Amino acid sequence: MSTTTLPPGVNAAVPMQDIMPPVRARGGLFGFIRRNPTIAIGGLLVFLMVFIAVFAPFLTSKDPTALAPALRTREPSAQFWFGSDMLGRDIYSRVLYGARVSLTVGFAVAICASAIGLFIGLISGFIRVADSIIMRIMDGMMSIPSILLAIALMALTRGSVGNVVLAITIAEIPRVSRLVRGVVLSLREQPYVDAAVASGTRTPMIIIRHILPNTLAPLTVQATYICASAMITEAILSFIGAGTPPIIPSWGNIMAEGRALWQVKPYIVFFPALFLSITVLAVNLLGDGLRDALDPRMAKRL
Amino acid sequence: MALLEVDALQTHFRTPDGINRAVDGVSFHVNAGETLAIVGESGCGKSVTAMSILRLIPEPPGKIAGAIRFNGKNLLEASDKEMRAIRGNEISMIFQEPMTSLNPVLTVGRQIGETLRLHQGMSAQAAEDRAVEMLNLVGIPEAKRRVKEYPHQLSGGMRQRVMIAIALACNPKLLIADEPTTALDVTIQAQILDLMRDLKHRVGAAIVLITHDLGVVAEVAERVVVMYAGRKVEEAPVHALFNKPRHPYTQGLLGSVPKLGSSLTGEATRLAEIPGLVPSLKQKIPGCVFASRCAHATDLCTAVAPALEEKAPGHVAACHYALREGALAA
Amino acid sequence: MSTAPLLQVNDLKKHFPIHGGFFGGVTAKVYAVDGISFDIAKGETLSLVGESGCGKSTVGKALLRLFPLTDGQVILDGQRIDDMPSGTLRPLRRRMQVVFQDPFSSLNPRMRVRDILAEPIRNFGLAKNSADLEARLAALMDKVRLPRDAVNRWPHEFSGGQRQRIGIARALAGEPDLIICDEAVSALDVSVKAQIVNLLQDLQKELGLAMLFISHDLAIVEHMTHRVAVMYLGKIVEVAPRRSLFGAPKHPYTEALLSAVPQPTPGIQRQRIILKGDVPSPINPPKGCRFHTRCPYAFDRCRVEEPVLRPIQDAMGEGHVSACHLHDLPAAQNPLSEAKGAQLLAVG
Repeated sequence: MSTTTLPPGVNAAVPMQDIMPPVRARGGLFGFIRRNPTIAIGGLLVFLMVFIAVFAPFLTSKDPTALAPALRTREPSAQFWFGSDMLGRDIYSRVLYGARVSLTVGFAVAICASAIGLFIGLISGFIRVADSIIMRIMDGMMSIPSILLAIALMALTRGSVGNVVLAITIAEIPRVSRLVRGVVLSLREQPYVDAAVASGTRTPMIIIRHILPNTLAPLTVQATYICASAMITEAILSFIGAGTPPIIPSWGNIMAEGRALWQVKPYIVFFPALFLSITVLAVNLLGDGLRDALDPRMAKRL
Repeated sequence: MALLEVDALQTHFRTPDGINRAVDGVSFHVNAGETLAIVGESGCGKSVTAMSILRLIPEPPGKIAGAIRFNGKNLLEASDKEMRAIRGNEISMIFQEPMTSLNPVLTVGRQIGETLRLHQGMSAQAAEDRAVEMLNLVGIPEAKRRVKEYPHQLSGGMRQRVMIAIALACNPKLLIADEPTTALDVTIQAQILDLMRDLKHRVGAAIVLITHDLGVVAEVAERVVVMYAGRKVEEAPVHALFNKPRHPYTQGLLGSVPKLGSSLTGEATRLAEIPGLVPSLKQKIPGCVFASRCAHATDLCTAVAPALEEKAPGHVAACHYALREGALAA
Repeated sequence: MSTAPLLQVNDLKKHFPIHGGFFGGVTAKVYAVDGISFDIAKGETLSLVGESGCGKSTVGKALLRLFPLTDGQVILDGQRIDDMPSGTLRPLRRRMQVVFQDPFSSLNPRMRVRDILAEPIRNFGLAKNSADLEARLAALMDKVRLPRDAVNRWPHEFSGGQRQRIGIARALAGEPDLIICDEAVSALDVSVKAQIVNLLQDLQKELGLAMLFISHDLAIVEHMTHRVAVMYLGKIVEVAPRRSLFGAPKHPYTEALLSAVPQPTPGIQRQRIILKGDVPSPINPPKGCRFHTRCPYAFDRCRVEEPVLRPIQDAMGEGHVSACHLHDLPAAQNPLSEAKGAQLLAVG
């Protein structure tokens, strides 16, 4: 372009060169991964765990509950990939099936606690009278460590996956309601809500149309953290014998059984612990990624 | 030699969807003791220019190129240690938001004294005495009591005075003020502008004033740089700029601001509009950055970026047509 | 104007309680708006000016009944709306709409432009059928000079100025008689501000709208308005037609405000009044005249007795009221007796 002759009297500015290599703005899946590496990694690992949980029967030929007293506490080998426990059960299959319990509890608690917390938070954020009562109750619940609350609730019932979900959900509700209430209170101050009131929108529609959709992003992020913490709580409950019954293979149960042999047969504890850590990390990564991606302040910067 | 010379400054940022060319080839100079205003609308790169001078741009995602010579020394080649010795000492900065630029847990006296102890090795007592002196200088009554107060005990106007006191404590040669009065009410703004004018005579520091408010520019600046979309489009002494703007953007900007008293003089009842939007800085613009909104633009403007040319002594503009007398009706 | 005003406000008060202490009881009150009265005629623009914290935005929100009032009457076209139950009020809300300051937070990020504009139309039952709704949406986009097909886009796809246009379109959707512009152009860039100011003026002419223009920007106010009310610490200190207020301010605060605005004319000589100190807190406003702590002319009476708004003689026109004791002094001793707007603004 510099070679084109300019009309007399016209001077071109010295063209500026870019001082950094061009950014290749990629669309599609690849671009998404580049922009959101944490979501991609976290999502992939979570997907992997879900896959393992769903297809556990196809990934192992051994029954996780089959006893084989002759083959007790074998080291990891071609026969027992992760070794066998003191009853001769295959730890590899137990860990795979254990993913079912962990993920079920994690997802179920996340969904239930979010839904109930959302409901309570919305009421609390909109009805002043209810707010002071509800929030004092929530404060009371939050003053008990959630693991203790869950243990206490489990002590009232017999161990089953459903009861574990219930106990952890109740323990998680206060945090969600607080979050939703805070979001609702700040959303109520938004000019677009004022504008909706001024244009004659009724309160139920204000909540459905203007408040609820804007609560979902922070709630989704919170739900992932709840999911992660519920999986840990479930493992703790099972580990101390207050969770799922020992007959069901869950990571907490496997670790509890291997506890006594920790110094001589560490692999019994190691493999379920590794899976638990990876899953929790994956869910947390997903949560962090979602938080960054959904936060409107982070988007559209620069 | 000028106190500060900015030469072909480029500050680019890497973003997920392209390079943001926030500042793209801006040159200007500031003489000792002079007040230079940089005006433009949000996103024109004026604040980024100011931050670049002090090397306050995070790298990455940012990158600075060109030259920034302060007293002949290129700041872009200075080490971090050298930069720290310059910041707050020889060049200091006032920010827009007096609320967030002060540390809430330190007394005002500590914050003023800190720069003195850091840069000039003053004793604690000497620094506090100097802090009281500085508060007196910026017109804070009962300075002896106020040095012991915390920022939240002061009003917005007072906080901005404290910011100015901190900035001037080390007798800097250059003060960069980034929208110093934008967050303030008009009567408080008048106080601060009055103070800045007064201090300029007494302290003698050169000032780079970053603002979007043409009224403020007219009141305090001696020379003006007009920026648009990351480039300098015009530079002139303040009278020349307001009386005879050469760049169509400057003309549009001046025309779009109502003047107080218009109802008394019965001046125009409709404001001049600049149609359209500022172009995205993530696309490379080969021609004049203003061409997409300019009423006088031709094919030449969209194809070839105009060079800055001197139209009158000290008055430069980057426009293919500004140079031909009468081509643009003022 | 012989007909009844479109909007009449009598002794409006809004005090916000401050909760504190262990039991969250009311420990203090913010006297945000403390007894103000004004009226707006059909098709008229009244501007409410003042510095931050003077209560001008609270007035706007109080008129819209976004919160309950502490005291006072709001009469819209002969009907008292301040104590009306919200169900009865809802259809009347159509007549009074609002444009807010921040073009980003004033549009719900999760709604398309179409749904944002359709909300008031549906609420007030204005569209007969879906074809009518579409026609109305198109007409609204035309009115605010946005392309019609932009209704299918999301708010974040627009620039600040375009978003403000959408906000204006939403306000127009209910076919109001009065629009409250709460700092509607303050957050915009200079060149965009001019576009929106021009648009508002065109719309007012086209649709015969009345406007309450709440702003701190005196130059824009002067450009836009018919009359001006100046607020200080929750009170109106002066009301006057535009030319009277800018040409012959009759309150020391107005005078100082005018002289404080930087003029975009370098090197002009003007009379400057630089006020001392800051605006006192509305939690504990000064006794007597609220402005006496900063007033350059304050005398003993100002510290004890609160002045009331009363008509002031003005050569430039009728309808000038001011709340200042100086006007009880003989003209020779009253620094506000002569018209000196021109000196303050350095024009003419």
